[in-house]
Amino acid sequence: MLSASFAILFYAATAILVVGVAMKVVRYARVPAPLKIPTTPAPVTRAGVILRMFREVVFFESLYRSNKWIWLFGWTFHMGLWLVLIRHIRYFTYDVWWWVALAQPWGTYAGFAMLAGLLGLWARRFLVERIRYISNPSDHLMLALLVAIAGSGLMMRFVARPDIMSVKAFMLGLLRFRIEDLPAQPILLVHLGLVAVLMIVFPISKLLHAPGVFFSPSRNQIDNPRERRHLAPWAARLEG
Amino acid sequence: MADGDDLPRMDFPLDIPCLKAGAMEGLHPFLAAPEHQAKLGFPGELLPDWKERALEKMAELAERNRAFQVYLDACVKCGACTDKCHYFLGTGDPKNMPVARQDLLRSVYRRYFTFAGKYFPKLVGARDLTEDVLHEWYSYYHQCSECRRCSVFCPYGIDTAEITMAAREIMDSVGMGQKYSNEIIGKVKDIGNNLGLNPKALRATLEDLEEDLEDETGISVRLPLDEKGADIMLITPSADFFAEPHIDGLLGYAKVFHEAGVSWTLSSYASEAANFGLFIGSYENMREIALRIRKAAQDLGVKRIVFGECGHAWRVAYSFLNTLAGPFDFLDQKYPIPQHILEFTWGEIQKGTLRFDKSKNDHIRLTFHDSCNVARASRMGDEPGGQFEIPRNVIRAVCNNYFDMDRDTTHESTLCCGGGGGLLTDDLMELRKKGASPRMAALQQVSEDHGVTHMAAICAICKTQFSKVMPAFGYEMDSVLSVHQLVSSAIVLTGQETGDDEEGADPRGETA
Ligand code: SF4
Ligand code: SF4
Repeated sequence: MLSASFAILFYAATAILVVGVAMKVVRYARVPAPLKIPTTPAPVTRAGVILRMFREVVFFESLYRSNKWIWLFGWTFHMGLWLVLIRHIRYFTYDVWWWVALAQPWGTYAGFAMLAGLLGLWARRFLVERIRYISNPSDHLMLALLVAIAGSGLMMRFVARPDIMSVKAFMLGLLRFRIEDLPAQPILLVHLGLVAVLMIVFPISKLLHAPGVFFSPSRNQIDNPRERRHLAPWAARLEG
Repeated sequence: MADGDDLPRMDFPLDIPCLKAGAMEGLHPFLAAPEHQAKLGFPGELLPDWKERALEKMAELAERNRAFQVYLDACVKCGACTDKCHYFLGTGDPKNMPVARQDLLRSVYRRYFTFAGKYFPKLVGARDLTEDVLHEWYSYYHQCSECRRCSVFCPYGIDTAEITMAAREIMDSVGMGQKYSNEIIGKVKDIGNNLGLNPKALRATLEDLEEDLEDETGISVRLPLDEKGADIMLITPSADFFAEPHIDGLLGYAKVFHEAGVSWTLSSYASEAANFGLFIGSYENMREIALRIRKAAQDLGVKRIVFGECGHAWRVAYSFLNTLAGPFDFLDQKYPIPQHILEFTWGEIQKGTLRFDKSKNDHIRLTFHDSCNVARASRMGDEPGGQFEIPRNVIRAVCNNYFDMDRDTTHESTLCCGGGGGLLTDDLMELRKKGASPRMAALQQVSEDHGVTHMAAICAICKTQFSKVMPAFGYEMDSVLSVHQLVSSAIVLTGQETGDDEEGADPRGETA
């Protein structure tokens, strides 16, 4: 019963995540940017734009220039998150891929880094007047959710280890549309439940910044308006 | 005449003010009259069903403009932009923080167009569109100069200017336009320029200026108007025809063209580089104004288009002209279309066609104000960042004492003059002064450190704004200069008596 409910929850959450984000991405891609508005100085070639985007999403370049504290906490959190995600791939493959194994020893530290980054960001929401002003309840809830996910994950690593092999069996089963037994350990269930919640809110929340950044015209456009005419389809119709 | 009693005297480096909620609440620039609105195709006054129309317009914008939707969705409220707006720094009003300014519209967008806002409005800060909200929009979306400084510092490049333009477009579409911008756009449509200067008056002005030039230099330097078959058409902000220090810049362009030996002309039909269609976010109006330039170029049969010193005009020219009024296949493809006057002048300096006596500018200790739209929304030359280098190269070629302001306030981080984006109107004077205070603080710092006396600019709005507000900060009105005014002072025309008695002094100076 428990295993079945969690299986259904995960199928539903995955469907919502994938379909929801896909719908948004299709929309972002379909709606034209009528004018050339890169924030200059901007790259003048496609390769340059790819490099600019790479620096933004890997190093958070603009944020670094903007505010060192937000950068430090934000970057630590995101990089920690990546490592933790990579580490989690082992629960979804029979044989652990070599590069996943490589991330294994870092994964646990990354969990702490993630948590520290989140707490830093959260503290700023209370302590810095300007950021307190712009914070909505949902901003606090999102941090609470992520802290709870990271916290419950770390607890399973250091306090109450669940039967990892059964968890893996459950996940592998899900991938093959078979429902295996999920250990009924409270922390594990909380962890998994919250992850499902995160997946569900992804397409309707500010987490859309992840796909959104790639569609931001001020960052992804090439600075070449004099050389190439840029024309949106609806604007072309004005020319009649 | 320092009437800025509550002007924040900011220290440098800039302090971040404590929040003063409501400090600029209720600021309401004059509404456009029905006849101004009508000329632009907008309803004359607030429609009875304004709310439905506003929401329809919002839905339309989400379909038409990717930036609108991505920017409204992607903000994570990280707060990195909160201290980047000069209006926030100058007023302390929290709604002048870029993200808070976006939120005024985002809250409504969420309420009507997103799942979370429809079902959990409190949670995500979504709110109904009410008359109060509309007035709040009108107030705070006219406290943004669309300068894009926030966009530089946002991790997703969220550009509040785009949101401001969208909000103004929505308000225009329900009959709530701003008098200053909309009246001016109407004048361009009727007469061809922001000032409403008709062709006869323009010709007379130019003839007077030609006489002045001849008196000054002893050389006949022309300011041709509507001359068919000229190679170059110069499009310049109409302020260059009458305002100080703009006009001295115009004389500078004329001297450069004269020395370069090119044939050029102004157009009375397109006697305006400014395009306020940008400020109100109206693609259609912006396009209509831009098409005047295309028509003038075709009618006059010119081969090249060169733009005079103006910030937003150069953005529209460089970034949008090809889109709005292209393709320009009838022009000479060997030259950039369009070209900036500074690109032209720098090209001539490199070729060695211009001679300068730099000592003519020795009484000046100079700094340079990067105009927002040139810095963050356009380029000059072939390399990214040419918009910073080329003006400085030209300045250094004509002026011995040059000092940059603090790097956090120049180049792409430049601080707005406080009067851009359709705010250069007397009914917003308080905001303009407060918005200028961060820039003034950086200027005061180079004045203290290097004895800087003057600041050069390449934007008609910056020049007007600074000459108006600088006295409140202890500078003379004429401390702001056109870059081509400096060129004009230093240039030595072929055959010109240098005026100095010391014959034999090499008038060539160092031409860089
Ligand atoms: S910097 Fe960008 S993401 Fe951060 S609060 Fe400002 S607009 Fe939002
Ligand atoms: S565009 Fe400029 S004026 Fe507008 S919010 Fe951003 S920094 Fe402020």
